[in-house]
Amino acid sequence: MKSIIATSSLFLLCLTLVGCTSSPSTQSGSSELSGQLTLTGSSTVAPLATEIAKRFEQQHPKVRIDVQTGGSGKGIADVRLGVADIGMASRPLAADEADLTAHRIAADGVGLIVHDSNPIKELSQEQIIAIYTDKINNWKEVGGEDKEITVVHKAEGRATLEVFLKHFGIENPSVKGDVIVGENEHAVKTVAGTEGAIGYVSIGTAEADIESGVRIRLLPLDAVKANTENVASGAFPMSRPLNLVTANSPSPLASTFIQFCQSADVHDLVKSQYFVPITSESAVAK
Amino acid sequence: MDSGPATSRAIEVRHHWREFCVAVAVWVAATSVICVLIWILADIAIRGLAEVNFGFLIEDVQDAGRVGGIGPIILSTGLILLVCLVVAVPLSFGTAIALTERLDKESWFARNVRRSLDVLAGVPSIVFGLFGNAFFAIALGLGYSILSGGLTLACMVLPILIRTSEQAIRAVPAEYRYAAAALGMKRTTILFRVVLPVAMPALAAGVVLSIGRALAETAALIFTSGYVARTPESLLDSGRSLSVHIYDLAMNVPGGGSKAYATACVLVVLLLAINAATALLLRLAGLHNRSTTGGSL
Amino acid sequence: MRSDQSLTIITRALAVISAAIVLLIVLFLLRESTPALRQLGWSRFFTDASWHPLSGQFNLTPMIVATLVTSSGAIVIAAPLGIGSAVFVNFYAPRRLAAWHRRLIELLAGIPSVVFGLWGLVVLAPIIATFGGSGQNLLTATIVLGLMVLPTVALLSDTAIAALPREWIQGAAALGMGRSAIVGWIVLPGARRGIGGGIILALTRALGETMAVLMLAGNIVEMPSSLLSPGRTLNANIALELGYASAGHRSVLFVSGLMLMLVVSVIVLFVSRREGTRRDG
Repeated sequence: MKSIIATSSLFLLCLTLVGCTSSPSTQSGSSELSGQLTLTGSSTVAPLATEIAKRFEQQHPKVRIDVQTGGSGKGIADVRLGVADIGMASRPLAADEADLTAHRIAADGVGLIVHDSNPIKELSQEQIIAIYTDKINNWKEVGGEDKEITVVHKAEGRATLEVFLKHFGIENPSVKGDVIVGENEHAVKTVAGTEGAIGYVSIGTAEADIESGVRIRLLPLDAVKANTENVASGAFPMSRPLNLVTANSPSPLASTFIQFCQSADVHDLVKSQYFVPITSESAVAK
Repeated sequence: MDSGPATSRAIEVRHHWREFCVAVAVWVAATSVICVLIWILADIAIRGLAEVNFGFLIEDVQDAGRVGGIGPIILSTGLILLVCLVVAVPLSFGTAIALTERLDKESWFARNVRRSLDVLAGVPSIVFGLFGNAFFAIALGLGYSILSGGLTLACMVLPILIRTSEQAIRAVPAEYRYAAAALGMKRTTILFRVVLPVAMPALAAGVVLSIGRALAETAALIFTSGYVARTPESLLDSGRSLSVHIYDLAMNVPGGGSKAYATACVLVVLLLAINAATALLLRLAGLHNRSTTGGSL
Repeated sequence: MRSDQSLTIITRALAVISAAIVLLIVLFLLRESTPALRQLGWSRFFTDASWHPLSGQFNLTPMIVATLVTSSGAIVIAAPLGIGSAVFVNFYAPRRLAAWHRRLIELLAGIPSVVFGLWGLVVLAPIIATFGGSGQNLLTATIVLGLMVLPTVALLSDTAIAALPREWIQGAAALGMGRSAIVGWIVLPGARRGIGGGIILALTRALGETMAVLMLAGNIVEMPSSLLSPGRTLNANIALELGYASAGHRSVLFVSGLMLMLVVSVIVLFVSRREGTRRDG
């Protein structure tokens, strides 16, 4: 009994402490908005959506927004099933998803990464396809050192994988990987720990990691350097929109939130997650 | 005749040699295990301990976990554990009492309950995750929530908790019961007035042990209590546990490494405290020798 | 006596609930995997070309093999080290060191699997990578898995050894047997059952481990050709894909959960039956 009392008082203590730290929410004019929104989907978009949601909640204290991750496919499925109000997808909608509307909130590139000790300067489209379909197995065949290539690939259902396969026109069963990973950081950690590895990840993620000293390097694609500027200008070939997906008639609250996500108020948040904010009106319309 | 002492000396040398080899092998085995353990702990401590301070424990998660603390995560973890225990403790104490009511021979009933619990103890945690996702989250409509996660963990710790409770109750000397029965006490009274109070520290140790197991769990929680990393407002909100937070920071958030290690430090220290508490409770119960059995289950 | 009766009824009801959970789990696994089983049948999970659920290939065999290889490999590592540890604390270590050793092993038992995974990924895999590849392969996963289940073997063997009658050991020593001979001829055979139980328990825990293996095994679905080839276990398969799966794919993942459950239950029931006959005899 004593232990139960002790535990519960500990919880109460935690509660009060946590309660103290959360700053009093900033009041703003449109406090008539209230309700709950559920977002599910892409693990790439989720951290960004979480941060935006936090700011939105501060402006509208009666609104509660829950962000769950699980991959773009799940986000789209959940919106169709009505389980989620808004889905998150880190790829454009496919042809058979025309029953939904995509609202673009940012852009992201997918870049190839190698270990930073790898002297290779660039790989052509054909070379990359050959590496991923197991036709080339050694860096010396593409002008590098005599070292085995370790191919890092993503698990099925990941949007990064779909963007990659679509860009290079490869069917997934023909890809022969050496390591399959689930998350971006797993890919980064694998490449950083293996001198002969090659992988593909979100450019934003890779830049953030390079900044903090992780031993990887982004390869240019079609002679375009892989960085956020080139993704922003549209010059980088393998990029993707980060979308919020809704049924064709979203609720007023959902619409307001999406507009907020697309506004310039959140550009700092988009950049802080290493993505590219949308600026032009045409991009918003897309 | 000369060969006699020579052979026996040879045998003696061989004996010594064998003694020496076995001793070296045993020492090497034991030392290497401890070295690896220290290696792992040191690795986590070096990378994470610098980030741990009081603020880290209570602050909000910010910037996907790169900045700020783990206040909401600790709260969610606590609530998940609370749900888990509220369900699992009565269920397993009740089951343990049912299993121990006949002290002489195993009944058909007890044998089958125990067999089914043995299977439950072997169920992989990811299968609990699948089940929790299909049953609590979807079929019962609880969604990704602290309630779903807690209930899933309750199913998971049930076999351990039942086994430790059973041991605790059985460890109460039979003379106590006989004496009480001789005084004309009813079985219920004997149970609540004599047996359970005596068994209490060992029962509590089982509970603490289950908490340790539940704290370390990741796979079963990802698909039941979800990823949401902020202060939950009700049990139907999704909440992220400490171990899920470590996984997410390490695998999903660029630059989340040091906070992941810091969270791992917090979790390991919590588990250390729990181990110490178990040992203490068992010593109070006078069951010191059994602590080893308990610790492994 | 009415309260006695109601106590019996209540506690039995609770026991029935506890026992029924396992049935509920099997029931739900079956229910969720029925769509896939009805549509595909059992055989395709063993005969398809590979595992590409989004392209209609569903072979689970390589994953079953990888699951069994990593778990049994973990036992090969954990059993000698664990039994060695138990012998150490009972016969070789000075008393105070033995107490510390036990405490540290208990601590090892409590370290969460993500922490093991993180350590394996950042520290161990690059070391294994010197043998070639990325270092994320069955060997790395097996080593870490072995470390994770080692405490189970060590602690249960310790208990079994400590429970042996003191007279046996004193008697053997009086006959002039050396320490290693006592351990080899008296202690280990005497504690055989307890040690065996610990090993089986460790095996089920190894079979049930997910996150560390997911982070370390490389997750390629291919029949492993050596310990250095990557592989994906059934557990890792579920954790890797469930969050991203839509209806049909999800159902197939439940089949892989069902398969895992089958493997584990067969082992557990086999052991509990063996223990049952021992108890009767």
